[in-house]
Amino acid sequence: MTNHIDLGTVLRQTLSADLYSNLVTRPTGAAVRTQIETLLGETERSLTVIDFSHVSMIDFSCADEVIAKLLMRHGQKHEAYFVFRGVTDGHSDAIETVLERHGLALVVESDSGVELMGVLEELEVSLFRAIKRRGSASAWELAVDLNEPEHVLKRALDGMWRRRLLMRNDDDYTVLTPGMTGGEGQIA
Amino acid sequence: MTTVINVPPSLDETSFEQVLEQVAPLPPDAKLLIDARHTTWASPYGLSALLTLGQVRDQARPTLAVPESDDTASYWARANFFHYADELFDLKGLVPRRSRAESQVLLEVTPISKSEDVHDVVGRIQQRTQQIIGKDLGLDPKAIVGFAMTLSEVCQNIIEHAGRGGWVMVQAYNWQKRLGRRVVVIAVCDAGVGFRCSLETSGHLATADRWDDAAALEAAVIRGVSRFRDPGRGQGLAGVRKYIGRWDGKLSVRSGTSRIAILPDWDDDVPLKENLPAFPGAQIQVTIPERVAR
Repeated sequence: MTNHIDLGTVLRQTLSADLYSNLVTRPTGAAVRTQIETLLGETERSLTVIDFSHVSMIDFSCADEVIAKLLMRHGQKHEAYFVFRGVTDGHSDAIETVLERHGLALVVESDSGVELMGVLEELEVSLFRAIKRRGSASAWELAVDLNEPEHVLKRALDGMWRRRLLMRNDDDYTVLTPGMTGGEGQIA
Repeated sequence: MTTVINVPPSLDETSFEQVLEQVAPLPPDAKLLIDARHTTWASPYGLSALLTLGQVRDQARPTLAVPESDDTASYWARANFFHYADELFDLKGLVPRRSRAESQVLLEVTPISKSEDVHDVVGRIQQRTQQIIGKDLGLDPKAIVGFAMTLSEVCQNIIEHAGRGGWVMVQAYNWQKRLGRRVVVIAVCDAGVGFRCSLETSGHLATADRWDDAAALEAAVIRGVSRFRDPGRGQGLAGVRKYIGRWDGKLSVRSGTSRIAILPDWDDDVPLKENLPAFPGAQIQVTIPERVAR
């Protein structure tokens, strides 16, 4: 089951007010992230859609608290995967800035499916596209597709898995797809 | 004895220094009459900084002689200046009532002391900026979002670092004489601890070879240094710098006895001023001009 978290709902719950739809200020960002972490609990392996559809804009400080720290802390402590949905021009400047600052990348859902955003090597982008074409692939299959040594790709794939940009199941790597593990469940 | 402090006819970021030059040598408990009777124009910075001055001089409540010009006084009233000035000064002269008609001020003088205040100002300004930035200044829609982000970050500087409340004001006007274009200006002023003291709380910076207000401003504004050890800190002003760079704007930050500025080609200001009259806190101005065809 994929978790679904509507950031607009979490924001309103956090501020106890219906008036605001902007993710601004560091204290707000910290409170929203804490709420997300509480909702996710201590589940060891999870896939969660973080939905920006009802958020007008996000500033740098809030993006640092909500996105960068969520990826660096919760994403690393647990095997927690995140797909960011509804990301528009109103959000992308701040998100890209904090990803760049921390050398991070994340998965965003767009009209053409899932894409990567942030700090990425060229090889990582090629791998992501190749896996997306296949749906799921092992390092040796990708070595054939990309005409690169398998051990080089394996190292890059494991790096992407540690950054939670790909899921790993035994020897196979899969792009994160909301609903891939049995639909979406709204938890906020 | 009361000392008369003359407010220049045009009160902005530059001319406010004339006010500070008169005030800085006086003891904190000196009784002041701030004479703005002949002031005919004030920028958002001028009004916000004037309130900050009132906040600083709280040991002997100063008197403020309000502008004699009806237009000027009415504008100050519409900008909600007198509402807050009344708490800080003994007002002398005719103070107009604030008109019930919708003000043309983009964001009236607004106090900032907590996170909710930032939510409030960002929410209030979003709709109005669509008209001003998108249509009047001819900027890309992305600039509208960036403007709200910039406003949010400069206001947060008060909450995160000042240690006491401050004010923000936003206005768009035609800068005909100086630039020949319309501009939108954000001014954020506080009388808190200032950049140098804020950074000194992190310890290691104060031991640098050169450490003064100018060095603190360079560290915070240019290098994105923050008093917090969290590597994610310091992104606010870095983001503001990126925004003004993209839209050919200007950022200036005054703190203590120095002022640093990120300058566009159209401005002949200097990047760093030192040995200014001492004034507590931080005073920030962001100016975004109308886009011109190149």
